[in-house]
Order: sequence, then C-alpha cells, then structure tokens
Amino acid sequence: MTPPTTTATGPLHVTATVLASRKVGAYHHVTLVAPGLPERFRPGTFVALSVQDEPGEPPARLARRSFWIHRVRASGGHGLTLEIVVEVVGPGTRWLAGLAVGARVAATGPLGRPFSLPKDPVSCVLVGHGHAAAPLFPLAERLRERGCGVSLVVSAPDEAHLLSALEARRSARAVTVVTGDGSVGLRGIVADHLPAILAQAAADVVYAAGPSPLLHAVARAAEHHGAWSQTALEEPLVCATGLCHGCAVPVVGEDGAPRMARACVDGPVFRGDRVRWADLTGAPG
Amino acid sequence: MRVELAGLTLASPVLVASGCGGTGRELAPYLDLSRLGAFVTRSITLDPRFGGPVPRLVEAPSGLVNAVGFHNNGLEHFLATELPWLVQRGVRVVVSIAGTTLGEYADLARRLGSAPGVSAIEVNLSAPDSAGGGVLDVREPFHAGGVVSAVRRDLPRGIPLLAKLRGDVVRVVESARTVLEAGAEAVVVGNAHPAAMPDGRAGGLSGPAIRPLTLRSVVELHHALPDAPIVACGGIGTVADVRSFLAAGATAVQVGTALLHDPTTVARMITGLEGAAP
Repeated sequence: MTPPTTTATGPLHVTATVLASRKVGAYHHVTLVAPGLPERFRPGTFVALSVQDEPGEPPARLARRSFWIHRVRASGGHGLTLEIVVEVVGPGTRWLAGLAVGARVAATGPLGRPFSLPKDPVSCVLVGHGHAAAPLFPLAERLRERGCGVSLVVSAPDEAHLLSALEARRSARAVTVVTGDGSVGLRGIVADHLPAILAQAAADVVYAAGPSPLLHAVARAAEHHGAWSQTALEEPLVCATGLCHGCAVPVVGEDGAPRMARACVDGPVFRGDRVRWADLTGAPG
Repeated sequence: MRVELAGLTLASPVLVASGCGGTGRELAPYLDLSRLGAFVTRSITLDPRFGGPVPRLVEAPSGLVNAVGFHNNGLEHFLATELPWLVQRGVRVVVSIAGTTLGEYADLARRLGSAPGVSAIEVNLSAPDSAGGGVLDVREPFHAGGVVSAVRRDLPRGIPLLAKLRGDVVRVVESARTVLEAGAEAVVVGNAHPAAMPDGRAGGLSGPAIRPLTLRSVVELHHALPDAPIVACGGIGTVADVRSFLAAGATAVQVGTALLHDPTTVARMITGLEGAAP
C-alpha cells in the first residue's frame, strides 16, 4: 500500500508561473513552473489552483480549482514542470485556460493519495474518460518501468474530448478508444466493452479515472473478472486540502463499517471495492 | 504577539476557526501549529456523524455557503486519535462541541474537560444549519444561556468556556450578556450567517462577504460590554483585517474560510503580526 503522506513529502503552496498554454481539441494543456511540486509528484495526485481574476484585489472566487497532473517534464532553464489539462466548465476554468505565458497563479500540490503500484509485474488495464485520462499516462510509464503489461482505454463523448489518443500508443501495448458518437474507435460507453477488454488483457489490476458512473462500472467489472480495482474520483472539491470536509465519499472501512471519507485527502484514489457507489450522490456527470 | 484570553496565555491572537482546519493534520504542511493562538476543532458530537449530502459547499460572491452537517467521527474517536496527535505537537487545543440535548452538551463537557491537553471548550450555539445538522437549534439568547449553564456545571473550573454566538447585530449584545452571566469566560462573534444552498437547504455564508457584518457586531458588543472578552470570527483574511478587529475591541480572532482558499493564510498572519506594525 501507499505510505501515508507526511509533511516531508507532502504538498507545497507556491506561486506558479505559466510556461505554456495550448488548446488541444476541447482542452487547454497548461504547463506550469511550480518550484518543488514536480519532484513530489506521483501518478494520481493533483494540483489546486486559485482563481484571481482581479489582480491585487481580495479573491472573489474562494473555491480552489483542482486538476490532475498529466505530465512532469524537464524544461530547459526551468527545471521540472507540471502539465495540467483544463476543461472550461465555468468562469474560473475559463480564466485559468486564458492565462498568458508568464502569468502567476497560486498552486498547492501535489495533493491526494496516488495510485498504488503493484510489487510484481502484473497485467494492468487503465481506463480514463475525457480529461480524467490525464493521470493515466504517467501511471502507464511507472507501471511499464516495473515490467507490468499495460493496456490503456481512453473514452470520451467525441473526438474533441479524447485526451492524447495518439500518445496513448506510445504508453501502452494495447490501446482501445471508445467514443460516445463513434467518431473514433468503438462506439458507446466503456462499460459495454470492459468485460472483453479485461478478459483479453487477463487483467490483474484495473486503474480508472473519470466520472463516478464509469468508476462504478469499472469496479463491478473488475470484481466480476477477479481483478483489483483502483478508482480515482472526480468529486467537486472546495479547499482540496482536507480542511473543509466538503467532498464526502461514502466508503466501507477496513473493519467493514460504513464511513465517510474525503475525496481530497483520503482519495482521490480509492479501492473500487471500498466505495459505496450506490450512496455516492451529487457526482458530476 | 502573546495575548491573554479567558485566563489563558495564547502564543498569538490568531486562532483557526472551527470546521476550517480539518483534523489539524491537513493544515500541518502549511503551518507550524504550535505557533497558533489555538486550534479550534470542528464541532465534535457525542456520536459519529456522517454529515449532509454533497454538494456541501458552494461559491457565493466573495464567500462560500456551507452545509457540512457536523461530519465527524464522534467523541471516542476524537479522544483516541485526533486530540493526542494535536497534543503531541504542542498545539493549544480548543474543542468545539455540539449536541442534540442539554445532556449531550454536559456529557461532552465532562469527558473533554478532563482530557489531557484540552485548553478550552467552545460551545457552538450558532450553527447556521443546526436543523439540517440535527443539533440543538439555539434561536433565543435564553436557549444559549441554558446550554452554557449545563456545560459550565460539568466542566472543570480551570477549563475556560467560549460561547460561539451568531454575528447577528440585533441580538448579539443580549446573547453575550446572557452567556457571560451563565458562566462563559469569552464570546466568539460569530458563525457563518444563516443562508441557503442553491437547492434551498439550510446553510451558512462565510468569507470576506460577511466581514463587515462581523465588524459591526464586534463594535456594538465592545461598546455595550467593554469588559467582555471577544474573539472575532467571520470574514477575516489578512493581517490588516486582524489589526482592525483587535482595534475594534477583539482580544483574538479566528480565521476559517480564508484557509480554504489559501492554507498558508494563518502562517502569514502570525508572521505579519510579529513584525513591526505598518
């Protein structure tokens, strides 16, 4: 299991600088120079940013905006950088997506419990929907370094919302693309194709990130197939740091008793068989 | 910058407000908790509470509306895990309590008052979502006085009692007078203001939006009861805010929502107050 987060390896709060921002399909890929954060990155962790649309004024939008860390890369002169994937869903994300190169933004991270990595070289299926496929690419790299077989499934409503499908071919031995409208790859939803994919890969572990109905389907399919599942939730976060108790996730404790966990600090990655999916309400669709 | 509050010497006039510091552990990466005036826990109930449905917090202009619903693991869990963790790190701990009956408040006071490392009890008499959260709905000053009497009776003498009141300027003086007569050593003014979540559920508005309301209540209270020890709470987010509330008659301040936006806020405030006044 993942060791608990401690202060020494825990999150940092820094002023990040936008190094690059480019639109790819429906998303904005934003590269940040955030001193100290990339070194602490593990796949499945995320970063929380502050919206400050009136520089110098007290903040008007108090909730943080949280993003999966998609890539950590060395960039000449700036050391390691973070890349996040922004989908514009409201004024805060619109502001972040529109930040110019050189703009500054308060950033906290890496936050949350990462994906647990297997000790042995087992067969892994990674499932990501829309921008939530972001953490699966660095996860695929770590798994391959350990000798694991990696099959990647990326899904989206349509081609524009499909994240880095071309790159997926470099990260995995098998790639399945599923779109709702059938514009690329298989048509439909991932849940319909999972049993066949898990059987073909002889999956031992399934990793998934995306909306909760997809994660529930993954957890069910994994259990049916006899595999472990690790699901990364996308609950709406407010403080993103564990302070506010806003992002409640109903889980089953190790003792079998029902509990409420927090998506930001107890997650975002949970074992699929620990989440009480039927009680998880208010999840974003 | 040390201050005296209700017989306690605090390392700083800045406290973490109830419900905005997690269990303490989550704040530790951003702040040496032993530098705090005190860490006020989220409200602890006798039994575990799962809390309300999500969404529990939503943005409002310059504020947040919350309906968390007293999510906590109950008194036993708090005494066994959360309190010892804080005490081991030299944190001054103020435990916020909430109950459904006077008997529950008294039980909580008795158990917590004898727990090693508890510096004071803060009685939550102003939860804006009390009905939804299933705790005693304190509407009138005499309700608040009744709760404070019950807690004071079962709390060891050396443990100060802080009464957290609504920041409602119409009733704050009467409420403060009542709880001080009933045995509170200080008043905390105030809580999140009663508000509604977008779907109509009872919640509370906090953040910079309510700071002028808090200031009005503190000013009027200090004018009416100049000797009453006041802890200001509600919308305080900068060092300048802290100074203005201390100047208005508060002995100390609590910082909550500002931490949700920036977890380093309190560390910067404490450092800022230790420096020379601008």
